[in-house]
Amino acid sequence: MTKDIILAGVGGQGILTIATIIGTAAVKRGWHLKQAEVHGMSQRGGDVQSHLRLSDRPIHSDLIPLGKADMILSVEPMESLRYLPYLHAEGWIIANRTPFKNIANYPEIENIYKEIEAIPNHVLIDADVIAKEVKASRAMNIVMLGAAIKHLGFTKAEIEEAIKAIFARKGEAIVEANYRALQAGIDS
Amino acid sequence: MEKLMLLGDEALAQGALDAGVSGFYAYPGTPSTEIVEYVQRSKQAADAGVHRTWSSNEKTAVESAIGMSYAGKRTMTTMKHVGLNVAADPFMNSAFTGANGGLIVTVADDPSMHSSQNEQDSRFYGKFAMIPVLEPSNQQECYDMAFYGFELSEKYHIPVMIRLTTRLSHSRSGIVRRNPLAQNPLKKPDDLFQFMLLPAISRKKYKNLIQMQAKYTMEAVQSPFNKFDMEASDYSMGIIACGLAYNYLMENYVDGKVPYPVIKICQYPIPQDQIRELYNKCDSLLILEEGMPIVEEMLTGINLQGLKPIHGRLDGTLDRDGELNPNKVARALGKVDTYGKDVPEVVTSRPPALCVGCPHSDSFYALNDAVAEFGRGHVFSDIGCYTLGFMPPYNAINSCVDMGASITMAKGAADSGHFPAIAVIGDSTFAHSGMTGLLDCVFDNSNVVVVILDNATTGMTGGQDYTAAGKLEQICEGLGVHKDHIRVFIPFKKNHDDMVRIYKEEIAYQGVSVIIPRRECLQVLKKKNKMEG
Ligand SMILES: Cc1ncc(C[n+]2csc(CCOP(=O)(O)OP(=O)(O)O)c2C)c(N)n1
Ligand code: SF4
Repeated sequence: MTKDIILAGVGGQGILTIATIIGTAAVKRGWHLKQAEVHGMSQRGGDVQSHLRLSDRPIHSDLIPLGKADMILSVEPMESLRYLPYLHAEGWIIANRTPFKNIANYPEIENIYKEIEAIPNHVLIDADVIAKEVKASRAMNIVMLGAAIKHLGFTKAEIEEAIKAIFARKGEAIVEANYRALQAGIDS
Repeated sequence: MEKLMLLGDEALAQGALDAGVSGFYAYPGTPSTEIVEYVQRSKQAADAGVHRTWSSNEKTAVESAIGMSYAGKRTMTTMKHVGLNVAADPFMNSAFTGANGGLIVTVADDPSMHSSQNEQDSRFYGKFAMIPVLEPSNQQECYDMAFYGFELSEKYHIPVMIRLTTRLSHSRSGIVRRNPLAQNPLKKPDDLFQFMLLPAISRKKYKNLIQMQAKYTMEAVQSPFNKFDMEASDYSMGIIACGLAYNYLMENYVDGKVPYPVIKICQYPIPQDQIRELYNKCDSLLILEEGMPIVEEMLTGINLQGLKPIHGRLDGTLDRDGELNPNKVARALGKVDTYGKDVPEVVTSRPPALCVGCPHSDSFYALNDAVAEFGRGHVFSDIGCYTLGFMPPYNAINSCVDMGASITMAKGAADSGHFPAIAVIGDSTFAHSGMTGLLDCVFDNSNVVVVILDNATTGMTGGQDYTAAGKLEQICEGLGVHKDHIRVFIPFKKNHDDMVRIYKEEIAYQGVSVIIPRRECLQVLKKKNKMEG
């Protein structure tokens, strides 16, 4: 079993937290993991991505080959499209509706939704709004994770355990908020 | 033992800590920064009193490491690839002095220039200096090579280079730790001439270094990190895969069985006899290297040319520049390539930009207004967040070459009559290599305005502290800049007119002026508030 996931967003949007949670759950299963991150110049508000590879067999390349990704999980709508060359024909694109507009020429948002909806396996949710509704406004990324897990083959319990392990030192309230965000993402 | 999930950089740092290192010396630079940042967070390092504060630049870092090696301790110096250009003098000479305590020079290259001004392959430096080079292909090897590198260094009294590349430095995977070793005791070199590079001594040392090459090659042949899989089912091609390229090769064979014979090289000098054997056995060779085609060039020397084809970056089988990936390697292997869909046209680029509210942006807006009357082309700049001042809407700077070059380029231009000649340099960059340039300006009383952007941090690489923090005016005055022409202001929009006036006054002054816009980097401020709150 192998899962190749491209996590996408804009510098500072919290995609590495998603990677850490999925990674923790995978390692708990005894799986192998490789996670290529982007550090440096592009973190200054540029587009960022992380290649997350999980497998029950040893993994060689740190990079996912083009055309082989099982999922693009993006916390920003336009960014989800930037990595389409990586997605295989049956792959899933899971994207947040709320745009992050730090450029003057951000395209018409409807045109972006149209392109996402043209991908047969897509999920497009308003994670920012959902996070606010469940009073976990800083956990937009966890809502996105919730929307993704059934397509990744992880159970809610596995992800909750990982969330607990990672957020425990920040206190019970933060863990609970992330649980709510996760559930809301699953239900979305 | 439980596996630690570490970046390649962190795995190397943890390896060095477990291998009994006594000190790290470094200046930040992507993709190497996370090595020392990891050590600075490590309780193990704090408990063991491991040296881990930043150096002013890579040259001072390498020299300090040589000093620690002199004292008998294990030490590692780390930098990005261009950092080794700055440190080339002590680095090259360290091959002549050799090491006493284990000395590892870690250099992280950035092929494809994700965060760098150029692309260069540090293996050339390793070969140039004639020292052993280790090139890990995965995170576990990063960890293990710290142990191995120190042993090798101490066995032959020679510095050892570890060469990383971005994809390994910044990719996370599980590593298994070993039992930690104690630090070396203090121990002077047995031979007190060892570190004396006078011509008469150096000549002997060079002969010795040449003689040792055979030994270093033998070590590479026996290295646990090199692999010689000479038996195969298909000899139409033999493959040499170096470092990370080995993973991209294996990625293309799901069952792990490559039909061709393969040599995996993660330790240099290259194992020549084995390569000759591979060449003799196969109809052609394919060379896979992350970075420049250094091995390929060695093999396509006139001796072999015209006999059997050797494929790689030089003949166009692989791109001549840029990093490798599984798809490039698949094509080179003649395999079916895979691809998803093209990026839709609506997707626009999202280049990096100064943070909203960054102090540099106010400094640039004021500078633009101050120089408007002279037209564009008067602002020499440097490397840091502020290099983004090149982009719209600022369009404020006209050069970025190497750290420190803003001041000295402005000087050269001013010396030739270019007016005004303005240098814009970050505070950390000033500490790194601006001070000596400023001294040159003072010495000649060159007509320059040097703007030192004081945001109290090394912003570009994520906010490290730096050696000149809090001392900028003192340093400038000490270097001989007149007190009246060291001007400080706080870059806020509301101060715009004052800032423009100060810039203009100092442009009008004949001689060396320093202007220091001073306001803290927002990211550092945020981090601070988080820690306090
Ligand atoms: C020789 C060399 N070492 C390190 C780097 C990496 N690097 C680029 S800019 C920079 C620091 C910039 O800090 P500062 O001058 O304070 O400017 P800021 O980013 O804070 O605006 C570093 C470490 C480099 N490009 N070249
Ligand atoms: S990190 Fe700091 S110096 Fe860099 S752009 Fe942001 S605020 Fe400015």
